[in-house]
Amino acid sequence: MRALRFSADEIVETIEMVRVERLDIRTVTVGISLFDCVSDDTAMLCERIYNKVTTVAARLTRTSGDIAQEFGLPIINNRVSVTPIALVAGRAEVDGFVRIAQALDRAADTLGIDFIGGFTAHVEKGMTRADQNLIAAIPRALAETRRVCSSVNIGSTKAGLNMDAIAQMGRTIRETAALTAANGSIGCAKLVVFCNAVQDNPFMAGAFHGTGEPEAVVNVGVSGPGVVLRALEQAPEQDFGALANLIKRMAFKITRAGELVGRTASERLGIPFGIVDLSLAPTPAKGDSVARILEAMGLERVGTHGSTAALALLNDAVKKGGAMASSHVGGLSGAFIPVSEDEGMIEAAEHGDISLDKLEAMTAVCSVGLDMIALPGDTPAETLSAIIADEAAIGMINKKTTAVRVIPVAGKKAGDLVEFGGLLGHARIIPVNKRSSARFVNRGGRIPAPLQALNN
Amino acid sequence: MATATTPTTPAAGRAIVTIVGLDRVGIIAGIANALAEANVNILDISQSVMREEFFTMIMMVDLGTSQLGFEEIGRRLKAKGRDLGVQVEIQREDIFNAMHRV
Repeated sequence: MRALRFSADEIVETIEMVRVERLDIRTVTVGISLFDCVSDDTAMLCERIYNKVTTVAARLTRTSGDIAQEFGLPIINNRVSVTPIALVAGRAEVDGFVRIAQALDRAADTLGIDFIGGFTAHVEKGMTRADQNLIAAIPRALAETRRVCSSVNIGSTKAGLNMDAIAQMGRTIRETAALTAANGSIGCAKLVVFCNAVQDNPFMAGAFHGTGEPEAVVNVGVSGPGVVLRALEQAPEQDFGALANLIKRMAFKITRAGELVGRTASERLGIPFGIVDLSLAPTPAKGDSVARILEAMGLERVGTHGSTAALALLNDAVKKGGAMASSHVGGLSGAFIPVSEDEGMIEAAEHGDISLDKLEAMTAVCSVGLDMIALPGDTPAETLSAIIADEAAIGMINKKTTAVRVIPVAGKKAGDLVEFGGLLGHARIIPVNKRSSARFVNRGGRIPAPLQALNN
Repeated sequence: MATATTPTTPAAGRAIVTIVGLDRVGIIAGIANALAEANVNILDISQSVMREEFFTMIMMVDLGTSQLGFEEIGRRLKAKGRDLGVQVEIQREDIFNAMHRV
């Protein structure tokens, strides 16, 4: 055919990816710098933040809707990330930080977006007064807002681990769980503790607009575990080399779609294009699961021996395929293994087939970390801190991003069910080791930067 | 603010129209008619019958001649598809270019 440059197979493949395999653009995230909002008057700061966010991203949802329709590719979430709030509110007290969170929440509400990220502090080497006030404000900020996401970076390969901050984050998670106890401690689902946090991550709850970023930027997070799963199911007998190739091919196509959406959004919004984040992000919907991909490779259930190796292959192949497809890859870029948001993980947790220890091992070879894991409500703050320290140590030593987003659900014990709703899903509570880590956590100080930091 | 309607600009560029459904008389005529009414030019048509009974038609169309916006063209095609008992999709050519051409 002359004008039609595509075969029927190619066209049907794209349509099936969307219709059957739930291919979607998980998020279009506009990053916005708040440095020009700075004021020593918190009310003025809040007003400027609200005005800037609602002006810069005013056309975001409308534009995403148009693009989704024109390309026939659903865009699930529209989001905004902002400059870490601790950097723009140096004079605010704890109450002031809560008010800033409320201003961000109002802005998100006006824009019709589901989350706004950047209630953030970076304290890997120590805390400023503003960092201390922001962290002290986190439990209230998350309890008194709906759409604000918070993250705290407590370690890096270059700086080591700030164990004082890690101890404090254990207590902060407990307080957040207590303040949102009536809603399954949902506040903790909006709080991420990072090691080696990235500046241009479009995914929540850990998105913020880094200091090296421009005035505003469009970042895109693609998804598509379903597409990879279908491809693998059609190749039950192939060896690992062939499997990796299949995944690369799918990742390439998915990423190209993401890049197109990002560039189109950038052009229409008049905001520069940043990166495509090549992450396989699952949802609780059937077939949209990273766990099921690992099982399609031949594991009876995710969590059994071999899960880490399977995930390593998947994660690497996604990157190799994606890196070829986009001019700018960034963000977290890897497979996510959030427990409550992944239908296969939910089932594994249901049967007690996946443990916290196995999840921790798996995070050593993928992005990002212990994610959306419901823990017993009576888990001591020191144990939460020790979980964070373990996860951060993996990130620090391996020069990668790791994160902890765990929910000690108030009033629940191991084996109980908790419902978070929507994309956040539901989960069985996973048991933690009962032996105390308190003396270790309360030692204080910093774990020195590893030898890996000395690469100059 | 975010929900404010922006003025409809005429759709430009090329798009692919896909029709999937049970084969019957008048599908091509019906869709072609809807496109003609929207002043959308059909550049090329390919059709095949999948799995014996499922009818698939793929059209490359030029939106540049139409005064209607993309959304309105899509709405009209979907309405016509409902009348005919088939599923109609219209997608910009760019998405297929991105995914299937290096």
